[in-house]
Amino acid sequence: MKLAIASLFIGLASAWSPANDASSSRREAISKTLAAGAALAYPLVSNAYSVPDLPYPYEALEPYIDTPTMKIHHDKHHATYVANINKAMEGKEEVPILDLMENALDAGPVRNNGGGHYNHAFFWSEMAPPDVAKKTKPSDALAKMIDASFGSMDEMKSQFEAAAAPGAVFGSGWVWVVLNNAGTKLEIVGTPNQDNPLMKGVKDEIKFPILGLDVWEHAYYLKYQNRRPEYVSNWWNVVNWDKVSENFAYVSEKKSGVPVEG
Amino acid sequence: MSGKKVIFDTALRASVNLQSSKLPTELTKSSTALFSALSGVKATLPDLSYDYNALEPAISAQIMELHHTKHHQTYITNLNAAMEKMDSAMMNGDVSAVIALQGALKFNGGGHINHTLFWENLSPNSEYKEGGTLDKALKERFGSKDGFISELTATSLAIQGSGWGWLVYNPKTKMVDIASCPNQDPVEATTGLKPLLGIDMWEHAFYLDYKNVKPDYVKAIWDVINWDTVEARLEAAK
Repeated sequence: MKLAIASLFIGLASAWSPANDASSSRREAISKTLAAGAALAYPLVSNAYSVPDLPYPYEALEPYIDTPTMKIHHDKHHATYVANINKAMEGKEEVPILDLMENALDAGPVRNNGGGHYNHAFFWSEMAPPDVAKKTKPSDALAKMIDASFGSMDEMKSQFEAAAAPGAVFGSGWVWVVLNNAGTKLEIVGTPNQDNPLMKGVKDEIKFPILGLDVWEHAYYLKYQNRRPEYVSNWWNVVNWDKVSENFAYVSEKKSGVPVEG
Repeated sequence: MSGKKVIFDTALRASVNLQSSKLPTELTKSSTALFSALSGVKATLPDLSYDYNALEPAISAQIMELHHTKHHQTYITNLNAAMEKMDSAMMNGDVSAVIALQGALKFNGGGHINHTLFWENLSPNSEYKEGGTLDKALKERFGSKDGFISELTATSLAIQGSGWGWLVYNPKTKMVDIASCPNQDPVEATTGLKPLLGIDMWEHAFYLDYKNVKPDYVKAIWDVINWDTVEARLEAAK
């Protein structure tokens, strides 16, 4: 409580600092301060996780992923997973969503909603608008590992598309490029529903995603309807290979999943 | 394909030869029957007994047409392909290949069965008969028709990912009950329960109309249930 009152004073005082000369920004500063104070005074654990902002506007991935899909996928579907994981984690210790993944199979709500939150946060961060994406490329280290594991980038894409085909992922799920547990090669794996390869028990061993694609119908149905193969082959146009290379460097070094925002 | 034909011809020749021998006619009949049973059994897309727009506003014509001509048709196409491969595998005695095909058969065969049942348990004319066999069974198990609707709604909405919600008949308890199955798993084949009414909870069944708001879809579908079909299925199951 003391902390809340102190932060209120400091925050309110800052509203009148020289930096805030326009009255609207003062209003903003005051309302933000009150909100922060309230949050500190009443530590509602339901604020543990949040939907991270998209790193680009909703329309940025057009024409490969349409604006309405980005809006609904981010603002509704992802938000629902976040609301549900917050409910499931009420009263529990706050940990980064990545830390919930290893033992997610122990509890249904964590598996579905924690998985859903992590997977979508991971997904948004690895994509970029087409004109940006086309200037990105795998790092030397990643390119080498791709060739060693699959023969070539084209071969990897081919295998990925086969794993993402309607018959291969039977219902809802995700397709991933992962680094195996030993860190010796990349593999392509499919997981059902909101499972991911970081969850102990989902695959024969924990594996570390560097790239993933949502093939739930909500991810593509508005634009592609039943034409999932078209969605998948178009998706390469928005993959940010610089981020994927960063992911690869991270998982190779830390032998842990990539942390995500939110 | 041609390999299969050779086997048929051999089988037919054999059965013809058997006919001309002094072996009992039952034996010759059964060998030809066996081989003809494995051939030419192809699933086909059943026609709907109503127009694509007949279930509006609960389900749009756009969804009905896509769902029927694309999704259901794809299950049928892939089922037929899997069954052809199964024929070859069985005729070659290739147990490993037979086992490897199980996933595709369950998925595509289940998809065909489930959607066929689905079209039949929907109708623009949705009339519920008070006091009939179905009504009595629902009241016995759920207390009321609304109690049943509540429970099947909740079960359907609780499905994570893709799957179906079902009203079923349990031949062991001799009562109706609620069940759900993941993906395209067919109820009877995987649980022994007999399907009476199915609700498709795959996103393709509702997304264009309802987006992420599943509850609105399930609420609306109760307006277009073919209760006569559900009752007929219950009577047949008993």
